[in-house]
Amino acid sequence: MSTTTDNWEEVRATARRVLGDEIVACIDECNRGGEPHSRLIGVLHRIQSRHGYLAPAHLDAVAQLMQIPAAKVAGVASFYHFFRLEPRGRFMINVCLGTACYVKGADRVAQKLMDELGIQFGETSTDGVFTLEGCRCIGTCGLAPVLTVDDDVHARVTPDQVPIILEQYLRKARQESPE
Amino acid sequence: MKKQINLTIDETPLSVDEGTTIMEAAETLGIYIPRLCYHPDLSLAGSCRVCIVEVKGMGYYMTACSVAVWEGMEVQTNSPAIRRARRDIVELLLDNHPKDCQTCERDGNCELQNLAYSMGVRERLFEGERKQFPIEDSSHSVVRNAEKCILCGRCVRVCAEIQGVYNLSQHGRGFHTVVGPAHLADMDDSVCIQCGQCINVCPTAAFLEKSSTEDVWKALADPELHVVVQTAPSIRAAIGEGFGMAPGTPATGKMIAALRLLGFDAVFDTDFGADLTIVEEAHEFLTRLDGAAPLPMITSCSPGWINFLEKFYPELIPHASTCKSPMSMLSTLAKTYYAEKQGIDPAKIYMVAVMPCVAKKHESRRPEHDMPNGMPYTDAVLTTRELIWMIQCYGINMSTLPDGEFDAPLGLASGAGDIFGTTGGVMEATLRAASELVTGKPADRLEFTEVRAVEGLRETFVAIGERNIHVGVANGLTNAKVLLDKVIAHPDAFHVIEVMACPGGCIGGGGQPYPPRGVKVLDPELLRKRASALYAIDRGKKLRKSYENPAVEEVYSAFLGGPGSQRAHELLHTHYHARLPRGVR
Repeated sequence: MSTTTDNWEEVRATARRVLGDEIVACIDECNRGGEPHSRLIGVLHRIQSRHGYLAPAHLDAVAQLMQIPAAKVAGVASFYHFFRLEPRGRFMINVCLGTACYVKGADRVAQKLMDELGIQFGETSTDGVFTLEGCRCIGTCGLAPVLTVDDDVHARVTPDQVPIILEQYLRKARQESPE
Repeated sequence: MKKQINLTIDETPLSVDEGTTIMEAAETLGIYIPRLCYHPDLSLAGSCRVCIVEVKGMGYYMTACSVAVWEGMEVQTNSPAIRRARRDIVELLLDNHPKDCQTCERDGNCELQNLAYSMGVRERLFEGERKQFPIEDSSHSVVRNAEKCILCGRCVRVCAEIQGVYNLSQHGRGFHTVVGPAHLADMDDSVCIQCGQCINVCPTAAFLEKSSTEDVWKALADPELHVVVQTAPSIRAAIGEGFGMAPGTPATGKMIAALRLLGFDAVFDTDFGADLTIVEEAHEFLTRLDGAAPLPMITSCSPGWINFLEKFYPELIPHASTCKSPMSMLSTLAKTYYAEKQGIDPAKIYMVAVMPCVAKKHESRRPEHDMPNGMPYTDAVLTTRELIWMIQCYGINMSTLPDGEFDAPLGLASGAGDIFGTTGGVMEATLRAASELVTGKPADRLEFTEVRAVEGLRETFVAIGERNIHVGVANGLTNAKVLLDKVIAHPDAFHVIEVMACPGGCIGGGGQPYPPRGVKVLDPELLRKRASALYAIDRGKKLRKSYENPAVEEVYSAFLGGPGSQRAHELLHTHYHARLPRGVR
């Protein structure tokens, strides 16, 4: 497989526009090292942490810049649970469904979240503020039932507290974009 | 000599070369271990688990396709337990598979169906959850039906490993896994080159050609239309397989007779178009040798290859011969020259082309191959498989028919046209013509066996007059990449290159008959037999040089002017352009 094509300049310009200079620099570094293909997953992680999810345009740009067939890149991205192929909300809610949290009523907390937001696990609220995910143990069983919103940990949550927690973040979202 | 390994299979002792798999070793004893995802030309997947066997001392069943034998190994291929386990696996495959065998395109030649029968699955014990995916039929050539997919991955591997296209991958996980192009895009919006090898290797009906049979039935029933058919060189070498004839039986005459019974008003030979292509292409080659356009010249008959060129190697477009394919040349002449000669309104001519190829369906719908009024020159393309079905559907017993003959004027062809259907054929036919054109003397030989790339890739020198012509021949696009990368790295290396998208050339095309039971798809021996039919036809003809075809001479003198004339350029040449999405090569 050749590393450049006849439209290399165009490929680079598209990648800079779609992925951003920082990620293009990272891919260049991977391409310079041995076995660049083995770094695909790492590159996808970077893109997701920067853009929140992996859009087809991101994957196509990676495919061209790393010269890995797009079907393979998309196949890898869709295989792993951690990679998100849909845009995510401003805040990421993770409800722990591990044994301890479950015993302490995590299922009722999760149900309340779904009812309040009108979405299921893996979905994003229509206002784009929240994405709801379930996860297994986050290692803080003493705080069960526990949920995280981005990096904030909410401990010993009851279903009644769910609307109050959501309101905090809705307020924050409104402050960020007042319209 | 390789180290010999001693083992027993079903208590029979044998010794085989080190590195032999259990499956291969069993075959030397005449034991065929059932299989599904395995194909000898593709990498090992070991995903279907159908080929499991018992190995003494191992606590689990082993896949015969992927495990190499070892000294003292004791294999059981047919114990009650292993038979039961294999049957369970096939039953589980069936449990989420649609139950529509009677209405399925692959009924009767489906590997899953055959396997279920031979495993002894006589009742369905479980009712599994069904896959639910829409049928994707955006392309003119390839239809993808993921509900029928059993995830064996043969299509993924043929697309990547044989064709170098890598358009297909498995997406998602577990039960929701689905095979398709990146982002599950429509085939038409993907890097698919429409070669149809995914259809060939699919054990079920997850990939099929887009059918044109209904359109053709309708045209045949329309009294207003003058329905004309042309058949590609490789059809006559393969169509007999659909009627119980041994592979490699030439069936030209019987095929023509069957086409007449179907009701076609005229039966023409794409070989005529091939002869015309050779005359135009040899002429183009000479002008390129004189510096009119870049060398090497690369042949352009294979539409899968042309799609590959436009999506993967667009910088080489100036190297592709501008000659239309034999099919498109003949269709063009049918609606111009023939229409004029017969006094038929071209709008009333319905042109059907029988091709070994599904990419021809795509070619026929390219706007470059439309008439000035926007109608296509080729109205419908049938694959060999579709024509076999139509003949069977009509109730014609083709093998008993008396031989028919092609119609004048577009049915007369030289043997050079016949060999177009196999690898190296276009090159051989071009060399027959070019050597005379260059030297002005009759060629001292007609056969150039050194350009027949049966193994997929050839590079050689052929002396023509004073010149030593550097020739490249490739079939299967992974092989073609080797030559194309060389052309980019060493622009002076070659004079002329023949590329055929499919393994073996058109005889291994994506529209050819599924092989008989027990013969694997793209089996080299099957391809060799089909090719030998074409060589036999060529050798049996008095007329073996495209230049000497009187019908071609007549077209030039009465209609086109001469080879490379302005009218020939208007009608018989085309152009290509870079297409998106761009493939990774």
